[in-house]
Amino acid sequence: MPAAMTTPDPDRLLAEVSELVARFAPPGAKLERTTELTSDLSIDSVAAMDLVMEIEDRYGIDVPVNEIADLVTLGDLVDLVARQLGARG
Amino acid sequence: MDIFDKYQTLAARRAQLLATGTDPFHLEIEDLAGPCEATIAGRRTILLGTNNYLGLTFDPACIEAGVEALRRYGTGTTGSRIANGTYAGHRALEAELAAFMGRRAAIVFTTGYQANLATIAGLAGNKDAIFVDSDWHASIFDGCLLSGAKVVRFRHNDPEDLDRRLERNPTPGGCKLIVVEGLYSMFGDVARLAEIVAVKKKHGAFLLLDEAHSFGVFGARGRGVAEELGVEGEVDFVVGTFSKSLGGIGGFAVSDHPRFELLRVAARPYMFTASPGPATIASVRAALARIAARPELRARLWENARCLHAGLTRLGFELAAPPGPILSIRLPDERSAVFAWNRLLESGVYVNLALPPGTPGGACLLRCSVSAAHTAEHLETVLDRFASLAAALAQPLAAE
Repeated sequence: MPAAMTTPDPDRLLAEVSELVARFAPPGAKLERTTELTSDLSIDSVAAMDLVMEIEDRYGIDVPVNEIADLVTLGDLVDLVARQLGARG
Repeated sequence: MDIFDKYQTLAARRAQLLATGTDPFHLEIEDLAGPCEATIAGRRTILLGTNNYLGLTFDPACIEAGVEALRRYGTGTTGSRIANGTYAGHRALEAELAAFMGRRAAIVFTTGYQANLATIAGLAGNKDAIFVDSDWHASIFDGCLLSGAKVVRFRHNDPEDLDRRLERNPTPGGCKLIVVEGLYSMFGDVARLAEIVAVKKKHGAFLLLDEAHSFGVFGARGRGVAEELGVEGEVDFVVGTFSKSLGGIGGFAVSDHPRFELLRVAARPYMFTASPGPATIASVRAALARIAARPELRARLWENARCLHAGLTRLGFELAAPPGPILSIRLPDERSAVFAWNRLLESGVYVNLALPPGTPGGACLLRCSVSAAHTAEHLETVLDRFASLAAALAQPLAAE
């Protein structure tokens, strides 16, 4: 079951998403809004889609694949999740 | 800034791979001695990574058909199907494929890649949603993106997850298209098609099944996994390729949908490329006839697959799926996979090296594909080489 059914506040959302990102990142990697998924965390295009799938399950949302390619930073990912949660209402 | 700067990470990985020995992704085959043996780096090598499941690339009837077509119709069509590129052979092959698959109509494409690209992008539009298995082939991914539809991935071979995602993604004014593969090309596992069909029916979705690796291999007549599992009637569109069991190059899609032929004027990857050459069409027609007439090829392939799977398991290798035409061996990391691939090649066995991001879940694989044309001696030699590899992998790699 999704853990959160309403949009969490931005800081909490960043913390929650960072927790999921950490599973795909090198141990001990610094996770901030400006952290780049590919160049800083070595998360390739396929791993990014798997990461998004974890996020989808956590929040009960579906992020269209078409939008994943545009993600550069952790902040972009958090904003995308926030948009999807907002769209769901 | 240079236009290639964005590939810095890729370039570094490539340089690292090249430093270990032969380039695994551009291996040069110098000569061939039948479907299962080649000369590579001057060495006689057993081919165990070619998708030549039925060994038809050297079938005399297929070769003769191709040669005759070359002489009669020339080397190429020089035009697309919607211009000057539709010959009698293209139409005949389409009729034969439709009959073989028990479908109303078939469309032939120039490559297997384009078959998925054209069919998916032709079927789905910007009001539709595509629900696609997360272990998708690149051609499915690209077809999804080209379509402009909303694309939702579901967990690999997980009908329950598919059900949930269909539930929470309504498509007002549009349709839902599910895309799965019969036999997944990296791990060699088979789709849970009966359960996927049940979910499809529940949600009123369309189902497209890519039988690229399963055509000619599964089912009583070789039609694929849908035939094997008795659900052909529930699959709306089947895509296949000529470059595996049929031993050629090209692809096809078949359907019973009464408006299926509209793809001929709607699917851009079909419309805006030259049609398959006459020799290819002729050899594929001959190969299709061979598959229909010689079910023993399929039986032989499965016998070989079971033999090799059992032998590799005995040697302690971890195989990703039960016996089948694709036998993928999991290795712990990229370094050991690259080492193992080079070691096998040096000992005269070619397999595919599969690494992330080209593999699901970051897996590092030695991907073997079995052929009906492999002899008992081939398999014996292969297992002998894998035994040596197992011994080498048991030692620390730094010692190599």
